[in-house]
Amino acid sequence: MSILIDETTRVIVQGFTGDKATFHAKEMIAYGTNVVGGVTPGKGGRTHLDRPVFDTVKAAVAATGAQASLAFVPPAFAADALMEAADAGLELVCIITDGIPAQDMMRVKRYLRRYPKERRTTLVGPNCAGIISAGRAMLGIMPGHIYIRGDVGIVSRSGTLGYEAAAQMKALGIGVTTSVGIGGDPINGSSFLDHLARFEADPETKAVVMIGEIGGPQEAEASAWVRDHMTKPVVGYVAGLTAPKGRRMGHAGAIISALGDTAAEKAEIMRSYGLHVAPSAAELGTTVAKALASGRPA
Amino acid sequence: MDIHEYQAKELLARFGVPVPRGGVAYNPDQAVYVATELGGWHWAVKAQIHSGARGKAGGVRLCRTYHEVADAAKAMLGSTLVTEQTGPRGKVVHRVYVETAEPFVREIYLGFVLDRKIERIRVIASAQGGMEIEEIADARPESILQVEVEPAVGLQPFQARELAFGLGLDIKQVSQAVTAIMGCYRAFRDLDATMIEINPLVVTKDQRIVALDAKMSFDDNALFRHPPVTEMRDPAEEDPREARAIEHGLNYVGLTGDIGCIINGAGLAMATMDMIKYAGGEPANFLDVGGGASPERVKQAFDLVLSDADVKVVLVNIFAGINRCDWVAQGVVQAARGLRVPLVVRLAGTNVDEGMRIVRESGLPIVTADSLAEAAQKAVAAARAPAATH
Repeated sequence: MSILIDETTRVIVQGFTGDKATFHAKEMIAYGTNVVGGVTPGKGGRTHLDRPVFDTVKAAVAATGAQASLAFVPPAFAADALMEAADAGLELVCIITDGIPAQDMMRVKRYLRRYPKERRTTLVGPNCAGIISAGRAMLGIMPGHIYIRGDVGIVSRSGTLGYEAAAQMKALGIGVTTSVGIGGDPINGSSFLDHLARFEADPETKAVVMIGEIGGPQEAEASAWVRDHMTKPVVGYVAGLTAPKGRRMGHAGAIISALGDTAAEKAEIMRSYGLHVAPSAAELGTTVAKALASGRPA
Repeated sequence: MDIHEYQAKELLARFGVPVPRGGVAYNPDQAVYVATELGGWHWAVKAQIHSGARGKAGGVRLCRTYHEVADAAKAMLGSTLVTEQTGPRGKVVHRVYVETAEPFVREIYLGFVLDRKIERIRVIASAQGGMEIEEIADARPESILQVEVEPAVGLQPFQARELAFGLGLDIKQVSQAVTAIMGCYRAFRDLDATMIEINPLVVTKDQRIVALDAKMSFDDNALFRHPPVTEMRDPAEEDPREARAIEHGLNYVGLTGDIGCIINGAGLAMATMDMIKYAGGEPANFLDVGGGASPERVKQAFDLVLSDADVKVVLVNIFAGINRCDWVAQGVVQAARGLRVPLVVRLAGTNVDEGMRIVRESGLPIVTADSLAEAAQKAVAAARAPAATH
């Protein structure tokens, strides 16, 4: 098992015919992802990468039975594309786009709540590397070869730091069920907590790595949930110990602006809630190995 | 992006928020001219820098004659103002704002933020204006009133009324306060602000509600749809290296150490800086070259990092996903020719062996590392070594 996606998940690509989308759609197909078509308004009826193109997400869902989408849409049109995907009833939408206005994301998240929980779209991203279920399917832009199939879940705000964790684990022979990038923006489609809950429920996942960074309350919330609800060991790491206060460190969401926003504070909260905290980013792999061996909270 | 007080007031006035009349000046003569145009007997001369707490630092002066206005402007312009928010180096004042001074009887705090936790706009008000919100939260937490805005319908007048009555305003002032609160909210929503702070919002002697100070910050991601706001950017307020980085699509934050960093991905960049510290060194900067680490970008990144004279060694750490390491390596080797400081390179990910081969066979004195820890240790060692001669 894995979470969110596997080789059977029927996937469409929004913004399918663009250069970047085309490149990554090819990579996804080569990895084994079940890409059933795509959407580019105005190009419906054509064929792209041997798959049908539709004008609207609703039409794509009706024709292909699509369950998930990867959105490659410029920032100005992203909110619209996400609401369209939610309205068409997709179970999962992953958006890679960096640079979406925060108030647009605020409205998108409010829009998602129009639907009852059982048919509410799960949104992953924006400003993320995507989702990969190792050896099964990829909904994103990551280098697939650094993930080997195994029993550890990864959930990370940063794309490259998620790669770093996967590569260190691979070097130790530790594999991955699913790796989810929740993205570096201040308002994410889904949070650490949302995915920790999925990993807890996934019988194949034996441990989870949670990679956070400065800014925002998400790591603390998720850590409290770990203490109260998780039976599986969780490894935590927070980037940005050396980040100065009040400065945006690349990611729109990586800014220390409130109490509890610093890396040191978050790491301390993780420790106090029973997470195995990696002392540095170079020790992600070894900390996972220790956590797996212990099989329980720190 | 931040803007100056006078710019924030200009924007807020368009949304019906009452502000004192005023004008900006770049020299003392202009300041006097503005004062004569405004008329009256009392003026406030206010240093325009991107910082709060200017009053305590001597950046706000009340003047009773044109002569005093000229003196105040003369003293402020060109001077460096050090406030609680600027850091020890302070900021140079290049413009002052001259406005009609409003005698007031009450000071109120009014703030708007995009709250990440609730993913909504939160409005904060307190009858204890004039102090920083952190001080209010410490000294009089019970005075803080808050409302959350439902994104589907926006801030409602009843919520603004609840705040206004909660502040203890009388009925005539309440309707004016509601106008000010609703105006700020509309400005926040329509201009994609991330923060508006009116501190203080005052009740004048003649019972009017006026925004005496105003601070606004904007969502960088939304500036594309607000050209008039974008034009308010003041390059003098920004670190020139950071401004240059933005032009080239790089993310750079200058720090005080001596190990220059060139990394792809914000998270990996922060983690690498942390590793440097962990290994006993100090990073000179944060720099994310982004997903497409093309040779041109890598070159720009080197130029930027080396424009900091404190840099004694450069550390490149690239985890190539879609960009192959061999391609990144070519860019690094090109940029590294004639480098004045030692260079430590760690590549990982797609085609790493080929990438490292290109680096090793370049004939350049590049130190290579296979892991994040090794890269940080080698960079720290190089920074500590006596200055190299190449």
